[in-house]
Amino acid sequence: MKWGVVTFPGSNDDHGTLHVLRHVLGHEAVSLWHKSRDLQGVECVVLPGGFSYGDYLRCGAIARFSPLMAAIADHAAQGGLVLGICNGFQVLCEAGLLPGALVRNRSLSFICREVSLRVESVANPFVNMALVGDVWRIPVKHGEGCYIADEATLDQMERDGQILLRYCRADGTRARDPQESGDYNCNGSLRDVAGVMNATRNVFGMMPHPEHGADPALRDVCWPDAGVPDGLRIFQSIAGWIADRGQRSAVDSMR
Amino acid sequence: MAQQHVDLQVAREHGLTDDEYERLTRTIGRTPTIEELGVATVMWSEHCSYKSSRFHLKKLPTEGKRVVQGPGENAGAISIGEGLAIVFKIESHNHPSYIEPYQGAATGVGGILRDIFTMGARPIASMDSLRFGSFAHPRTRYLVHGVVAGVGGYGNSIGVPTVGGELIFDPGYDRNCLVNAFTLGVVEESRLMSAKATGVGNLVMMFGSRTGRDGIHGASLLASAEFDDKSEEKRPTVQVGDPFLEKLLLEATLEIQKGDLALAVQDMGAAGITSSTVESAYRGELGIELDLDQVPLREQGMSAYEIMLSESQERMLLVTKPENVDAIRAVCDKWDLESAVIGRLTDDRTYRVKRHGKEVIALPVDLLADPPALQRPSAEPAESTAEFRLDDLPEPRDYAQVLRQLIASPNLCSRRWVYQQYDHYVGAATTVHPGADAAVVRVLGTDLQVAMTVDCNARYTLLDPYLGACLAVCEAARNLVAVGAEPLAISDCLNFGSPERPEIMWQFEQAIAGIRDACAAFETPVVSGNVSFYNETDGRGIPPTPTIAMVGLLRTPQPLTPWFKAEGDVIMLLGRTREEISGSEYAAVVHGNTQGLPPWVDLEAERRLQQVVLEAAGRDLLRSAHDLSEGGLAIALAECCFLAPEGIPALGARIRVDETMRADAFLFGESQARMLVSVRREHVATVRDLANEAGVAVAVLGDVGGGMLEFDGLASVSVAELRSVWDSALEKLVNG
Repeated sequence: MKWGVVTFPGSNDDHGTLHVLRHVLGHEAVSLWHKSRDLQGVECVVLPGGFSYGDYLRCGAIARFSPLMAAIADHAAQGGLVLGICNGFQVLCEAGLLPGALVRNRSLSFICREVSLRVESVANPFVNMALVGDVWRIPVKHGEGCYIADEATLDQMERDGQILLRYCRADGTRARDPQESGDYNCNGSLRDVAGVMNATRNVFGMMPHPEHGADPALRDVCWPDAGVPDGLRIFQSIAGWIADRGQRSAVDSMR
Repeated sequence: MAQQHVDLQVAREHGLTDDEYERLTRTIGRTPTIEELGVATVMWSEHCSYKSSRFHLKKLPTEGKRVVQGPGENAGAISIGEGLAIVFKIESHNHPSYIEPYQGAATGVGGILRDIFTMGARPIASMDSLRFGSFAHPRTRYLVHGVVAGVGGYGNSIGVPTVGGELIFDPGYDRNCLVNAFTLGVVEESRLMSAKATGVGNLVMMFGSRTGRDGIHGASLLASAEFDDKSEEKRPTVQVGDPFLEKLLLEATLEIQKGDLALAVQDMGAAGITSSTVESAYRGELGIELDLDQVPLREQGMSAYEIMLSESQERMLLVTKPENVDAIRAVCDKWDLESAVIGRLTDDRTYRVKRHGKEVIALPVDLLADPPALQRPSAEPAESTAEFRLDDLPEPRDYAQVLRQLIASPNLCSRRWVYQQYDHYVGAATTVHPGADAAVVRVLGTDLQVAMTVDCNARYTLLDPYLGACLAVCEAARNLVAVGAEPLAISDCLNFGSPERPEIMWQFEQAIAGIRDACAAFETPVVSGNVSFYNETDGRGIPPTPTIAMVGLLRTPQPLTPWFKAEGDVIMLLGRTREEISGSEYAAVVHGNTQGLPPWVDLEAERRLQQVVLEAAGRDLLRSAHDLSEGGLAIALAECCFLAPEGIPALGARIRVDETMRADAFLFGESQARMLVSVRREHVATVRDLANEAGVAVAVLGDVGGGMLEFDGLASVSVAELRSVWDSALEKLVNG
């Protein structure tokens, strides 16, 4: 399949994401320049981490006005897949392609560490190489990753399976009382939300960085023979879903 | 504006000595203009000219078969094979960080990053060596918070991982903190860029930020003078960083390099336009003509003097052929950066500057760029710190308690609070993250992995600057070897007090000799570096601190890590333990004693140890390796028990205690040339043979297993408890 990775001025994880897509996954991946409106026929657009436009004004607030974002909104409106990671998630929220917003970490400090994530929903294009309740280990690195939305929106997303990943303890448990989630919820996100999908189930944003938990060559140092790295499962999920869709449409056209 | 009068008094106020002013007027045969005086002052400042250190720096070994670029450019470079070179340097930003910690540290990171990409290399990793006063000093916490946030704020935004470093607290830094920033980049050897201007008639361009009134006289007034009560007033000389702009500058510079559009590139750091243009012209043995009316300015009405001395950040200078100007402008436009042609190269070796059509500076380039090196007097301090009697230190009764106390002490507890504020993942290349002996980063597109570390134990250098500097190099090398890397080269950051005091010059000379001897023994040349003098306040200097940044190449397919891997593995100690306690963290923390000599130095023993560890690692005989340094064997063992990343169970250890010496020397002494390894039981004999053949002492200390760290008959402490104390101590201290 063909991936596109956006480069805004200030994007930092574009190189790392391209590396994983090309050399770990072995797929075609192109760089998409923010001043262009041409998505080059990619099947999934990735908005990478970084500090687009310096994160000045507010994270993602300026990036949403770039020419490329108009093309990405069209792509999403036509059912195309969009994955936003960290700053990419912030941009998608600012652009209204995802509900909610990301604000400053409760600690007021930048946080860079590996976290545990509980898989909450698997019938979707982004997280399907897993079972509900699986615990993933993927790094976070952000200063403004505290996810907020109003209660009604959170209730609705929970009901419709739009919350795909939540912060949790290493054993997969979460605190009953949100006040006691500080040991695992690294940024204070409401209801421990780490990644959410839109209602039409084709746009997904997450604060943790799957591209930094995807390369076995890096994981092996600490976790030899640990199998498929959890971050890689995100990209494999998307690739698998696209491949299935391709097969389905091929079968449809034969009929 | 009326032309400001210049005389000896004005020159003195600028910081010129009478001799220097005399030399200036004599050489040009007239009274200099105020702009000429300003330019000469910054170029001849200690910070820019290295006038006190140059004579001594020449003694350092700078050559080796891998050296592609030694000292003299923006950074040094060594070959790593496959047509690639790594470019690296460590640099100080001490004075600004004390005055304004966030911006001081941030622009320190920005400055070192520019030094690396100026050479055409893409930065792939940064480290920082930070030193603060004791927690008893009222400014320490403010500085720690500000500096750490500044390093992170800049490094995280620009997208270069901060993969390691060191953090030291000592009352000697109460009134002068140290912020030493290191960056390493990768470049195709054939595309390494130079700052040397070439070709008469070629054009000089600037790109990046506009020039403002910030940082004027940072190099001369702030960095080249000691602190006193009024130092806070120098805040306006500290620059303000914009990492977003620097990210654009980085990408644009590398694109210009890729297109072969520039003949020379030079960043604008200390002394801004002045230093960058003078140095480029000097290196190319040319003259230069600048028209300041072409310089993009942030505000109206800036004088020639202000423009020349501004240290506005995120600006670059380049030299190009006239036919490439449009292509360079196109790259700058793509990245939304301003660019301007501000001058041209001439053949008369004269530095000429015009403002509003009038020539305000006309000085020989050599006069500015090459002031005489000083041979300042040096003298060994009269006061000796060597007095130390082991018997004065009572042996502790409760060793478990001492272990708990040490592991929670400021210099031995976990640095997690710091490095979790730094992005160490970006770049998708970090294989060993902060917290291990050295950081390791792979070079994407190859099988190469580069290891790096920064080290200096300034308690040792204070007691004996020669031995201490040797030991800094030794420890750096051991840290690399501990991850399976062969040490290749160093960059040094020499932080000292005022060179105008003979004791400080003596410390400096001794430290240079120490670095020289250790680097010669390990064949690790010094390819870049930085000298920071005047780290003193009211006549009290910092402990001499020659920070060593060393880089190496991995000799194993995967890096070694320090933590124990499996129950039943055997713990072995390579190298000899002597009964030495003076200068140790234990002596300082537990007994309040900082007298005596540092540990024994044996460069040959260090070299043999390095060989044995690399040989064993290369044959996959080692499950873990960890350098012994501050805190000695007991602290190293505790770390081996619990350094494993979250999610991997901690393992205990059972250790036999050597009864031929004082138990505290065995547990906490800091004898050098030692390495703690764990091996599979079936490999013990092979590792022992390797050590014996190389003449390296070897001892089986015990086994990995259980949940306790047990020292036979002396102490037994739960690993979980130690880990928790160690892990949370720094956060409590900095927020306390």
